[in-house]
Amino acid sequence: MDRLHLGQHISQQFNTELAALTKQVLAMGGLVEAQLATALEAHAARDLRQVAHVVARESEVNAAELEIDARCTQILARRQPAASDLRLVLAVVRMVTNLERIGDEAERIARIAEKLGNGEFAEHYGVKLAQMGSLVRDQLRGTLDAFARMDETSALDWLRRDREVDLLYKELTRLLVELMQRESERVPAALELLWCARALERIGDRCKNIGEQVIYLVRGKDVRHTGLSRSAAPLPDAKS
Amino acid sequence: MSAVEVMPAQLLAGLELALQARGLSLDYADRRALDSVHLQVPSRRVTALIGPSGCGKSSLLRCFNRLNDEIAGCRVGGEILLFGDDVYAGAIAPPELRRRVGMVFQKPNPFPQSIVDNVAFGLRLAGIRSRLELDDRVEAALRATGLWHEVRDRLAASALQLSAGQQQRLVIARALAVEPEVLLMDEPASMLDPISTLRFEELVVALRERYSVLLVTHNMQQAARVADYTAFLHAGRLLEFDTTDHIFTNPRLRETEDYITGRMRETPLR
Ligand SMILES: Nc1ncnc2c1ncn2[C@@H]1O[C@H](COP(=O)(O)OP(=O)(O)O)[C@@H](O)[C@H]1O
Ligand SMILES: [Mg+2]
Repeated sequence: MDRLHLGQHISQQFNTELAALTKQVLAMGGLVEAQLATALEAHAARDLRQVAHVVARESEVNAAELEIDARCTQILARRQPAASDLRLVLAVVRMVTNLERIGDEAERIARIAEKLGNGEFAEHYGVKLAQMGSLVRDQLRGTLDAFARMDETSALDWLRRDREVDLLYKELTRLLVELMQRESERVPAALELLWCARALERIGDRCKNIGEQVIYLVRGKDVRHTGLSRSAAPLPDAKS
Repeated sequence: MSAVEVMPAQLLAGLELALQARGLSLDYADRRALDSVHLQVPSRRVTALIGPSGCGKSSLLRCFNRLNDEIAGCRVGGEILLFGDDVYAGAIAPPELRRRVGMVFQKPNPFPQSIVDNVAFGLRLAGIRSRLELDDRVEAALRATGLWHEVRDRLAASALQLSAGQQQRLVIARALAVEPEVLLMDEPASMLDPISTLRFEELVVALRERYSVLLVTHNMQQAARVADYTAFLHAGRLLEFDTTDHIFTNPRLRETEDYITGRMRETPLR
């Protein structure tokens, strides 16, 4: 769907460039999604071979970030885009930074799986963590999908669902702190789980940042730092 | 389309208005070129007028100093106000109007005379005879356009020897010498090379200290660089007026967006 009419420039070349740019962002998003999924599987299945996959992907993600950045620089210098074209390029630059960081967090999660190894910890915590992981995965997929469809309403929905992740994070933190107080020999493992939960919570925040960029590029309104995700307010007015 | 619809409420609140077009229409013998245009040009600001070829930009500009009067069969309806005075109601005699509202055209048009005589032209026409005053005002006008240090040693040389960029600044100096209030410019930089264009743009930005500028340009980046406000004219109608920042990052109308981003619509507007 071409809600921003990206394919309607008189310059066919520019149409091609912008289409390629969005495609590349989605491809990078796919890479990061896969990284996160694999990292979570490494935890669930205690499968350490998966960890290597996540780490290997990291360099692909970094390369994608650099390449997309370079493309954006080129478009800015050569096309001097305005209005929605300009917003697209700016939004892409910001989204890509966030995607790269999500990749870093996924790697962190994978490495924690490696550290925890096969050491047992109560099923209970693993379940909560998996629950949080699957929420965050949905959030990432949904947000990228909202970008693919230039659907700001859906981006806003996903932005607001970050609350669920935050609540789970709080709950898991509380449980782990209690565990550490009760059983001091399990403090190291509990701490690792805590870092893991925190990485997931940060990925949620990054998804929120990406969602805000989708709203910016479609609506032209900068909704960062407006508390939009915590309010039930509708989006700022659509353009006529 | 009323003034209220084309621009955000309160956009120009508190600003003095140099020019106003109210329900302005213009018909040439065989066609309508402007259709109920509402435009407000704030004082001591640069306002860019953009729009596709043939949308009526030059026609609109010519209304503000009644240059259209010279065109046979041309009829103007509605009102034009210069600092509140109705221009077409005869409140201001055309020669006085053209002194107060100067015009700079696309093609630099210095007279085939010396540099100094070009700048002094309007002053002599206004009856100034004092050598001292003429010299002073010529120098001031040339300084204002950044031309003084480039031509001070050859004031008596023919203006036609200057480069295109210098000629365009000379024409602006000629317009400034008679101390106008408003400067209308019709694609003034489109014949200039890139460096002269930058110098010209610097001048436009400096002019807003004292003058109100209405600038027609086909160069979107130029509008973005120099204008405080931008007006979008389309098929004889003023569709959108807003701060330049707003027009170039988030225009309200699809038509404006399509024009500034170089998009083509599948279906023509009308
Ligand atoms: N002197 C004239 N006589 C008849 N038609 C004219 C005259 N000047 C301009 N037009 C017509 O009026 C419309 C607007 O022209 P103009 O104001 O020159 O547009 P722009 O400056 O935006 O390119 C065009 O259709 C043009 O052909
Ligand atoms: Mg014209």
